[in-house]
Amino acid sequence: MSERKLIIKQFLSRFFRNYDLKNEEDIFALGFVNSLLAMQLVGFIEKEFGITVNDDDLDLDNFRTITRIDRLIARKIPA
Amino acid sequence: MNHFGAIGSHRFRDTHRSLETVQVDPETVAPRDFEMAARGRKPRQVKLLVWDLDETLWSGTLLEGDNVQPRPGVVEILKSLDRRGILQSIASKNDPAMAHAKLEELGLLDYFLYPQIGWSVKSSSIQRIAKAINIGLDSVAFIDDQAFERDQVRHVLPQVMTLDAADASELLERPELMPRFITDESAIRREMYRFDIERQQAQETFEGPDEAFLASLEMKLTITPARQEDLQRAEELTERTNQLNSTGVTYNFDELDRFRQRDDHLLLVASLDDKYGTYGKIGLALVETSPERWTLRLLLMSCRVMARGVGTILMSHLLLRAREARARFRAEFRETERNQMMKVAYRFAGFKTVEERDGMLILENDLEFIQPYPDFVELELS
Repeated sequence: MSERKLIIKQFLSRFFRNYDLKNEEDIFALGFVNSLLAMQLVGFIEKEFGITVNDDDLDLDNFRTITRIDRLIARKIPA
Repeated sequence: MNHFGAIGSHRFRDTHRSLETVQVDPETVAPRDFEMAARGRKPRQVKLLVWDLDETLWSGTLLEGDNVQPRPGVVEILKSLDRRGILQSIASKNDPAMAHAKLEELGLLDYFLYPQIGWSVKSSSIQRIAKAINIGLDSVAFIDDQAFERDQVRHVLPQVMTLDAADASELLERPELMPRFITDESAIRREMYRFDIERQQAQETFEGPDEAFLASLEMKLTITPARQEDLQRAEELTERTNQLNSTGVTYNFDELDRFRQRDDHLLLVASLDDKYGTYGKIGLALVETSPERWTLRLLLMSCRVMARGVGTILMSHLLLRAREARARFRAEFRETERNQMMKVAYRFAGFKTVEERDGMLILENDLEFIQPYPDFVELELS
Protein backbone atom coordinates (compact mmCIF):
# COMPACT_ATOMS: atom_id res chain seq x y z
CA MET A 1 0.00 0.00 0.00
CA SER A 2 1.30 3.45 -0.79
CA GLU A 3 2.28 5.64 2.09
CA ARG A 4 -0.52 8.04 1.31
CA LYS A 5 -3.14 5.34 1.44
CA LEU A 6 -1.74 4.17 4.73
CA ILE A 7 -2.05 7.66 6.16
CA ILE A 8 -5.67 7.87 5.02
CA LYS A 9 -6.41 4.44 6.38
CA GLN A 10 -4.82 5.33 9.68
CA PHE A 11 -6.98 8.40 9.96
CA LEU A 12 -10.15 6.50 9.13
CA SER A 13 -9.31 3.72 11.55
CA ARG A 14 -9.86 6.14 14.41
CA PHE A 15 -13.51 6.02 13.51
CA PHE A 16 -13.69 2.36 12.62
CA ARG A 17 -12.07 0.88 15.66
CA ASN A 18 -11.08 -2.78 15.36
CA TYR A 19 -12.12 -2.85 11.74
CA ASP A 20 -9.71 -3.57 8.93
CA LEU A 21 -10.87 -1.19 6.23
CA LYS A 22 -9.92 -2.26 2.70
CA ASN A 23 -8.82 0.17 -0.01
CA GLU A 24 -11.86 -0.44 -2.13
CA GLU A 25 -14.41 -0.64 0.63
CA ASP A 26 -17.21 1.94 0.42
CA ILE A 27 -17.28 3.70 3.77
CA PHE A 28 -20.67 5.19 3.05
CA ALA A 29 -22.19 1.82 2.24
CA LEU A 30 -20.75 0.56 5.52
CA GLY A 31 -22.91 3.12 7.20
CA PHE A 32 -20.01 4.60 9.08
CA VAL A 33 -20.14 8.16 7.95
CA ASN A 34 -21.66 11.03 9.83
CA SER A 35 -21.19 14.71 9.19
CA LEU A 36 -18.54 15.10 11.84
CA LEU A 37 -16.43 12.38 10.27
CA ALA A 38 -16.94 13.89 6.83
CA MET A 39 -15.86 17.26 8.10
CA GLN A 40 -12.80 15.93 9.87
CA LEU A 41 -11.84 13.83 6.89
CA VAL A 42 -11.86 16.85 4.60
CA GLY A 43 -9.95 18.93 7.14
CA PHE A 44 -7.45 16.15 7.67
CA ILE A 45 -6.52 15.62 4.04
CA GLU A 46 -6.24 19.36 3.47
CA LYS A 47 -3.82 19.73 6.32
CA GLU A 48 -1.92 16.50 5.90
CA PHE A 49 -1.35 16.86 2.17
CA GLY A 50 -1.32 20.64 1.88
CA ILE A 51 -4.15 20.81 -0.62
CA THR A 52 -7.40 22.75 -0.75
CA VAL A 53 -10.57 20.79 -1.22
CA ASN A 54 -12.97 23.13 -2.92
CA ASP A 55 -16.67 22.94 -3.48
CA ASP A 56 -16.49 20.94 -6.66
CA ASP A 57 -14.41 18.29 -4.96
CA LEU A 58 -16.90 17.81 -2.16
CA ASP A 59 -18.56 15.00 -4.00
CA LEU A 60 -19.43 11.80 -2.25
CA ASP A 61 -17.78 9.86 -5.05
CA ASN A 62 -14.42 11.40 -4.23
CA PHE A 63 -14.57 10.12 -0.68
CA ARG A 64 -16.19 6.69 -0.91
CA THR A 65 -13.04 4.60 -0.59
CA ILE A 66 -9.43 4.96 0.42
CA THR A 67 -8.45 4.59 -3.23
CA ARG A 68 -10.76 7.38 -4.35
CA ILE A 69 -9.58 9.72 -1.63
CA ASP A 70 -6.03 8.93 -2.68
CA ARG A 71 -6.91 9.74 -6.29
CA LEU A 72 -8.47 13.04 -5.31
CA ILE A 73 -5.33 14.02 -3.44
CA ALA A 74 -3.16 12.99 -6.37
CA ARG A 75 -5.18 15.28 -8.64
CA LYS A 76 -4.83 18.13 -6.19
CA ILE A 77 -1.13 17.95 -5.44
CA PRO A 78 0.76 20.23 -7.81
CA ALA A 79 2.94 18.16 -10.09
CA MET B 1 -17.05 17.00 22.58
CA ASN B 2 -15.39 13.69 22.06
CA HIS B 3 -13.40 13.27 18.95
CA PHE B 4 -12.45 16.53 17.42
CA GLY B 5 -9.45 15.42 15.53
CA ALA B 6 -7.34 17.12 13.01
CA ILE B 7 -9.05 19.91 11.22
CA GLY B 8 -6.37 22.09 10.02
CA SER B 9 -6.19 23.94 6.78
CA HIS B 10 -7.01 27.58 6.45
CA ARG B 11 -10.58 27.21 5.51
CA PHE B 12 -11.25 24.79 8.27
CA ARG B 13 -9.21 26.30 11.02
CA ASP B 14 -11.99 28.64 11.98
CA THR B 15 -14.41 25.81 12.05
CA HIS B 16 -12.10 23.85 14.25
CA ARG B 17 -12.14 26.64 16.73
CA SER B 18 -15.87 26.76 16.53
CA LEU B 19 -16.06 23.05 17.21
CA GLU B 20 -14.64 23.74 20.61
CA THR B 21 -16.60 26.86 21.18
CA VAL B 22 -19.83 25.93 19.60
CA GLN B 23 -22.96 28.02 19.50
CA VAL B 24 -22.06 31.61 19.64
CA ASP B 25 -24.42 33.79 17.78
CA PRO B 26 -23.01 37.21 17.03
CA GLU B 27 -26.53 38.49 17.57
CA THR B 28 -26.46 37.43 21.16
CA VAL B 29 -23.08 38.91 21.97
CA ALA B 30 -23.74 41.66 24.39
CA PRO B 31 -22.98 45.30 24.72
CA ARG B 32 -22.68 45.21 28.46
CA ASP B 33 -19.37 44.34 30.13
CA PHE B 34 -17.98 43.37 26.81
CA GLU B 35 -15.27 44.98 24.79
CA MET B 36 -16.47 43.72 21.44
CA ALA B 37 -19.78 45.37 22.09
CA ALA B 38 -21.75 46.80 19.26
CA ARG B 39 -24.77 49.00 19.25
CA GLY B 40 -28.31 47.80 18.94
CA ARG B 41 -27.77 44.16 19.66
CA LYS B 42 -29.66 41.95 21.99
CA PRO B 43 -27.89 41.37 25.30
CA ARG B 44 -25.89 38.20 25.10
CA GLN B 45 -27.24 35.15 26.81
CA VAL B 46 -25.18 33.42 29.44
CA LYS B 47 -25.62 29.68 29.25
CA LEU B 48 -23.13 28.72 31.93
CA LEU B 49 -22.28 30.43 35.21
CA VAL B 50 -19.06 29.33 36.89
CA TRP B 51 -18.83 29.90 40.64
CA ASP B 52 -15.88 30.40 42.93
CA LEU B 53 -16.44 28.82 46.36
CA ASP B 54 -14.73 30.65 49.27
CA GLU B 55 -16.40 33.98 50.01
CA THR B 56 -18.46 33.68 46.82
CA LEU B 57 -20.71 30.65 46.98
CA TRP B 58 -20.22 30.34 50.72
CA SER B 59 -18.98 32.62 53.48
CA GLY B 60 -15.65 31.69 54.95
CA THR B 61 -12.57 29.82 53.78
CA LEU B 62 -12.84 26.07 53.83
CA LEU B 63 -9.13 25.33 54.24
CA GLU B 64 -8.86 27.70 57.18
CA GLY B 65 -11.27 25.50 59.05
CA ASP B 66 -14.25 27.84 58.86
CA ASN B 67 -17.66 26.27 59.18
CA VAL B 68 -18.67 27.62 55.78
CA GLN B 69 -22.30 28.32 54.96
CA PRO B 70 -23.90 29.47 51.71
CA ARG B 71 -23.93 33.23 51.44
CA PRO B 72 -27.37 34.76 51.86
CA GLY B 73 -29.53 34.29 48.79
CA VAL B 74 -27.08 32.03 47.01
CA VAL B 75 -29.13 28.86 47.30
CA GLU B 76 -32.13 30.64 45.83
CA ILE B 77 -29.97 31.92 42.97
CA LEU B 78 -28.67 28.43 42.24
CA LYS B 79 -32.19 27.06 42.14
CA SER B 80 -33.62 29.87 40.02
CA LEU B 81 -30.87 29.75 37.44
CA ASP B 82 -31.24 26.01 37.28
CA ARG B 83 -34.94 26.36 36.51
CA ARG B 84 -34.11 28.88 33.84
CA GLY B 85 -31.94 26.30 32.13
CA ILE B 86 -28.67 28.06 32.85
CA LEU B 87 -25.94 25.56 33.58
CA GLN B 88 -23.66 26.04 36.56
CA SER B 89 -20.21 24.87 37.48
CA ILE B 90 -17.35 25.62 39.85
CA ALA B 91 -13.80 26.91 39.47
CA SER B 92 -12.25 26.93 42.91
CA LYS B 93 -8.76 26.70 44.35
CA ASN B 94 -9.45 24.31 47.13
CA ASP B 95 -8.92 20.80 48.40
CA PRO B 96 -11.06 18.71 46.02
CA ALA B 97 -12.15 16.04 48.50
CA MET B 98 -13.04 18.51 51.25
CA ALA B 99 -14.90 20.82 48.92
CA HIS B 100 -16.88 17.98 47.35
CA ALA B 101 -17.81 16.66 50.76
CA LYS B 102 -18.91 20.11 51.87
CA LEU B 103 -21.02 20.69 48.77
CA GLU B 104 -22.64 17.34 49.25
CA GLU B 105 -23.32 18.08 52.92
CA LEU B 106 -24.97 21.35 51.90
CA GLY B 107 -27.06 19.50 49.32
CA LEU B 108 -25.67 21.62 46.49
CA LEU B 109 -23.28 19.30 44.66
CA ASP B 110 -25.84 18.16 42.08
CA TYR B 111 -26.33 21.67 40.75
CA PHE B 112 -22.86 21.73 39.23
CA LEU B 113 -21.59 20.12 36.06
CA TYR B 114 -17.89 19.28 35.75
CA PRO B 115 -16.85 21.20 38.90
CA GLN B 116 -13.15 22.08 38.76
CA ILE B 117 -11.73 22.11 42.24
CA GLY B 118 -7.97 22.01 42.63
CA TRP B 119 -5.03 24.28 42.05
CA SER B 120 -5.30 25.16 38.37
CA VAL B 121 -5.52 28.76 37.26
CA LYS B 122 -9.16 29.65 36.88
CA SER B 123 -8.97 30.43 33.19
CA SER B 124 -7.90 26.83 32.54
CA SER B 125 -10.69 25.49 34.72
CA ILE B 126 -13.23 27.55 32.82
CA GLN B 127 -11.86 26.40 29.49
CA ARG B 128 -12.11 22.78 30.57
CA ILE B 129 -15.71 23.19 31.67
CA ALA B 130 -16.76 25.00 28.50
CA LYS B 131 -15.09 22.37 26.39
CA ALA B 132 -16.67 19.49 28.28
CA ILE B 133 -20.12 21.05 27.99
CA ASN B 134 -19.38 22.12 24.42
CA ILE B 135 -20.42 25.75 24.60
CA GLY B 136 -18.71 28.92 23.50
CA LEU B 137 -16.69 30.96 25.97
CA ASP B 138 -18.77 34.01 25.14
CA SER B 139 -21.76 32.23 26.68
CA VAL B 140 -19.90 31.84 29.96
CA ALA B 141 -19.95 34.05 33.05
CA PHE B 142 -17.65 33.70 36.04
CA ILE B 143 -18.31 34.99 39.53
CA ASP B 144 -15.56 35.43 42.12
CA ASP B 145 -14.96 37.69 45.11
CA GLN B 146 -11.29 38.26 44.26
CA ALA B 147 -10.40 40.93 41.73
CA PHE B 148 -7.17 39.06 41.02
CA GLU B 149 -9.03 35.97 39.83
CA ARG B 150 -11.47 37.96 37.75
CA ASP B 151 -8.60 39.84 36.12
CA GLN B 152 -6.72 36.63 35.41
CA VAL B 153 -9.77 35.18 33.66
CA ARG B 154 -10.46 38.39 31.76
CA HIS B 155 -6.86 38.58 30.66
CA VAL B 156 -6.74 35.05 29.23
CA LEU B 157 -10.38 34.74 28.22
CA PRO B 158 -11.69 38.20 27.34
CA GLN B 159 -14.89 36.62 25.98
CA VAL B 160 -15.92 35.45 29.44
CA MET B 161 -18.12 37.81 31.41
CA THR B 162 -16.77 38.33 34.93
CA LEU B 163 -18.90 39.23 37.92
CA ASP B 164 -18.00 40.39 41.41
CA ALA B 165 -19.40 38.22 44.19
CA ALA B 166 -20.35 41.43 45.98
CA ASP B 167 -23.02 41.90 43.31
CA ALA B 168 -24.42 38.39 43.65
CA SER B 169 -27.75 39.61 44.94
CA GLU B 170 -28.44 41.23 41.57
CA LEU B 171 -27.66 38.13 39.54
CA LEU B 172 -31.24 37.10 38.97
CA GLU B 173 -32.10 40.52 37.55
CA ARG B 174 -29.36 40.57 34.95
CA PRO B 175 -30.68 40.41 31.39
CA GLU B 176 -27.85 38.09 30.36
CA LEU B 177 -29.19 35.54 32.80
CA MET B 178 -32.78 35.84 31.65
CA PRO B 179 -33.52 33.59 28.70
CA ARG B 180 -36.38 34.82 26.58
CA PHE B 181 -38.28 31.60 27.04
CA ILE B 182 -38.24 29.06 29.77
CA THR B 183 -39.25 25.90 27.96
CA ASP B 184 -39.99 22.52 29.46
CA GLU B 185 -36.48 21.63 28.39
CA SER B 186 -34.86 24.52 30.25
CA ALA B 187 -35.82 23.05 33.55
CA ILE B 188 -34.23 19.69 32.77
CA ARG B 189 -31.22 21.00 30.86
CA ARG B 190 -28.80 20.17 33.66
CA GLU B 191 -30.15 16.66 33.82
CA MET B 192 -29.78 16.24 30.07
CA TYR B 193 -26.16 17.31 30.31
CA ARG B 194 -25.64 14.85 33.11
CA PHE B 195 -26.88 12.09 30.80
CA ASP B 196 -24.28 13.33 28.34
CA ILE B 197 -21.54 12.88 30.92
CA GLU B 198 -22.61 9.28 31.44
CA ARG B 199 -22.74 8.68 27.70
CA GLN B 200 -19.28 10.11 27.25
CA GLN B 201 -17.87 7.96 29.99
CA ALA B 202 -19.47 4.95 28.35
CA GLN B 203 -18.01 5.93 25.00
CA GLU B 204 -14.53 6.40 26.42
CA THR B 205 -14.51 2.94 27.93
CA PHE B 206 -16.16 1.28 24.96
CA GLU B 207 -14.00 -0.87 22.70
CA GLY B 208 -15.20 -1.59 19.21
CA PRO B 209 -16.42 0.27 16.18
CA ASP B 210 -18.36 3.48 16.64
CA GLU B 211 -21.36 1.89 15.04
CA ALA B 212 -21.48 -0.72 17.75
CA PHE B 213 -21.23 2.00 20.37
CA LEU B 214 -24.08 3.87 18.76
CA ALA B 215 -26.11 0.67 18.74
CA SER B 216 -25.42 0.20 22.43
CA LEU B 217 -27.11 3.54 23.13
CA GLU B 218 -30.47 2.15 21.96
CA MET B 219 -31.41 5.46 20.39
CA LYS B 220 -34.91 6.30 19.33
CA LEU B 221 -35.48 9.20 16.96
CA THR B 222 -38.97 10.63 16.63
CA ILE B 223 -39.88 12.87 13.72
CA THR B 224 -43.22 14.62 13.92
CA PRO B 225 -44.94 17.66 12.45
CA ALA B 226 -44.41 20.57 14.84
CA ARG B 227 -47.28 21.26 17.20
CA GLN B 228 -47.88 24.67 18.63
CA GLU B 229 -46.47 23.60 21.98
CA ASP B 230 -43.21 22.66 20.25
CA LEU B 231 -42.63 26.12 18.86
CA GLN B 232 -41.01 27.80 21.84
CA ARG B 233 -38.40 25.11 21.88
CA ALA B 234 -38.17 25.36 18.09
CA GLU B 235 -37.46 29.07 18.30
CA GLU B 236 -34.93 28.40 21.03
CA LEU B 237 -33.25 25.87 18.74
CA THR B 238 -33.01 28.33 15.88
CA GLU B 239 -31.43 30.82 18.25
CA ARG B 240 -29.06 28.49 20.04
CA THR B 241 -27.86 26.53 17.05
CA ASN B 242 -25.35 28.12 14.74
CA GLN B 243 -22.93 25.52 13.69
CA LEU B 244 -25.48 23.08 12.41
CA ASN B 245 -27.84 25.58 10.83
CA SER B 246 -28.14 25.41 7.06
CA THR B 247 -29.00 29.02 6.38
CA GLY B 248 -27.97 30.89 9.50
CA VAL B 249 -31.54 32.19 9.56
CA THR B 250 -33.40 32.27 12.83
CA TYR B 251 -37.17 32.29 13.00
CA ASN B 252 -39.28 33.49 15.85
CA PHE B 253 -42.31 31.87 17.36
CA ASP B 254 -44.87 33.66 15.19
CA GLU B 255 -43.06 33.00 11.95
CA LEU B 256 -42.74 29.34 12.80
CA ASP B 257 -46.39 29.21 13.77
CA ARG B 258 -47.42 30.61 10.39
CA PHE B 259 -45.29 28.09 8.52
CA ARG B 260 -46.73 25.33 10.65
CA GLN B 261 -50.26 26.20 9.59
CA ARG B 262 -49.60 26.55 5.90
CA ASP B 263 -50.50 23.68 3.60
CA ASP B 264 -47.53 24.30 1.35
CA HIS B 265 -44.96 24.03 4.12
CA LEU B 266 -43.82 21.22 6.31
CA LEU B 267 -42.34 21.99 9.70
CA LEU B 268 -40.87 18.93 11.36
CA VAL B 269 -39.41 18.49 14.81
CA ALA B 270 -37.05 15.67 15.73
CA SER B 271 -36.50 14.41 19.25
CA LEU B 272 -34.05 11.84 20.47
CA ASP B 273 -34.00 9.45 23.41
CA ASP B 274 -31.57 6.77 24.41
CA LYS B 275 -31.04 4.42 27.30
CA TYR B 276 -29.52 7.18 29.41
CA GLY B 277 -32.48 9.46 29.02
CA THR B 278 -33.85 12.06 26.69
CA TYR B 279 -31.96 14.60 24.61
CA GLY B 280 -35.22 16.44 24.06
CA LYS B 281 -36.05 18.13 20.79
CA ILE B 282 -32.84 18.35 18.86
CA GLY B 283 -33.71 19.02 15.24
CA LEU B 284 -35.92 21.13 13.07
CA ALA B 285 -36.66 21.11 9.35
CA LEU B 286 -38.70 23.58 7.33
CA VAL B 287 -39.63 22.52 3.81
CA GLU B 288 -41.70 24.30 1.24
CA THR B 289 -43.69 21.61 -0.54
CA SER B 290 -44.90 22.78 -3.93
CA PRO B 291 -46.30 19.94 -6.01
CA GLU B 292 -43.35 19.83 -8.39
CA ARG B 293 -40.56 20.86 -6.15
CA TRP B 294 -39.71 20.73 -2.50
CA THR B 295 -37.34 23.30 -1.07
CA LEU B 296 -35.60 22.79 2.24
CA ARG B 297 -35.44 26.25 3.74
CA LEU B 298 -33.94 25.40 7.06
CA LEU B 299 -32.38 22.38 8.64
CA LEU B 300 -30.82 22.50 12.02
CA MET B 301 -29.55 20.06 14.57
CA SER B 302 -28.49 20.69 18.12
CA CYS B 303 -24.77 20.13 18.45
CA ARG B 304 -25.48 17.94 21.45
CA VAL B 305 -26.27 15.16 19.00
CA MET B 306 -23.28 15.72 16.77
CA ALA B 307 -21.78 12.43 15.63
CA ARG B 308 -24.90 10.48 16.48
CA GLY B 309 -25.82 10.09 12.82
CA VAL B 310 -29.32 11.46 13.35
CA GLY B 311 -28.93 14.48 11.07
CA THR B 312 -28.38 12.09 8.20
CA ILE B 313 -31.53 10.22 9.15
CA LEU B 314 -33.62 13.38 9.18
CA MET B 315 -32.21 14.29 5.78
CA SER B 316 -32.91 10.82 4.37
CA HIS B 317 -36.45 11.05 5.68
CA LEU B 318 -37.04 14.31 3.82
CA LEU B 319 -35.49 13.00 0.62
CA LEU B 320 -37.57 9.82 0.73
CA ARG B 321 -40.77 11.79 1.25
CA ALA B 322 -39.97 14.06 -1.67
CA ARG B 323 -39.26 11.07 -3.87
CA GLU B 324 -42.55 9.55 -2.83
CA ALA B 325 -44.32 12.81 -3.72
CA ARG B 326 -42.52 12.72 -7.08
CA ALA B 327 -41.12 16.15 -6.46
CA ARG B 328 -37.67 17.48 -7.15
CA PHE B 329 -35.70 18.39 -4.09
CA ARG B 330 -33.79 21.56 -3.54
CA ALA B 331 -32.21 23.11 -0.50
CA GLU B 332 -31.27 26.65 0.33
CA PHE B 333 -27.92 27.06 1.94
CA ARG B 334 -26.23 30.14 3.21
CA GLU B 335 -22.63 29.79 4.26
CA THR B 336 -21.79 31.28 7.61
CA GLU B 337 -18.51 31.27 9.44
CA ARG B 338 -19.69 28.36 11.47
CA ASN B 339 -21.75 26.02 9.38
CA GLN B 340 -19.03 24.51 7.23
CA MET B 341 -19.78 21.11 8.65
CA MET B 342 -23.38 21.37 7.51
CA LYS B 343 -22.17 22.23 4.03
CA VAL B 344 -20.01 19.16 3.87
CA ALA B 345 -22.93 17.08 5.15
CA TYR B 346 -25.19 18.39 2.38
CA ARG B 347 -22.61 17.73 -0.28
CA PHE B 348 -22.04 14.24 1.05
CA ALA B 349 -25.78 13.67 1.05
CA GLY B 350 -25.67 14.14 -2.71
CA PHE B 351 -26.55 17.83 -3.10
CA LYS B 352 -25.01 19.81 -5.92
CA THR B 353 -24.99 23.56 -6.33
CA VAL B 354 -27.30 24.68 -9.13
CA GLU B 355 -27.59 28.38 -8.48
CA GLU B 356 -26.32 31.20 -6.33
CA ARG B 357 -28.43 34.20 -5.44
CA ASP B 358 -27.31 36.96 -3.11
CA GLY B 359 -25.02 34.66 -1.20
CA MET B 360 -27.69 31.97 -0.94
CA LEU B 361 -26.73 28.71 -2.58
CA ILE B 362 -29.46 26.67 -4.17
CA LEU B 363 -28.55 23.00 -3.99
CA GLU B 364 -30.34 20.18 -5.71
CA ASN B 365 -30.46 16.49 -4.92
CA ASP B 366 -31.33 14.16 -7.77
CA LEU B 367 -32.77 11.66 -5.26
CA GLU B 368 -30.94 8.79 -6.91
CA PHE B 369 -28.91 7.76 -3.91
CA ILE B 370 -30.48 8.24 -0.53
CA GLN B 371 -28.51 7.08 2.48
CA PRO B 372 -30.51 4.19 3.99
CA TYR B 373 -31.68 4.46 7.59
CA PRO B 374 -29.03 2.90 9.82
CA ASP B 375 -29.86 -0.07 12.03
CA PHE B 376 -28.62 1.55 15.19
CA VAL B 377 -31.51 3.97 15.60
CA GLU B 378 -35.14 3.11 16.01
CA LEU B 379 -37.18 5.54 13.98
CA GLU B 380 -40.66 6.66 14.88
CA LEU B 381 -42.63 8.73 12.41
CA SER B 382 -46.00 10.29 12.72
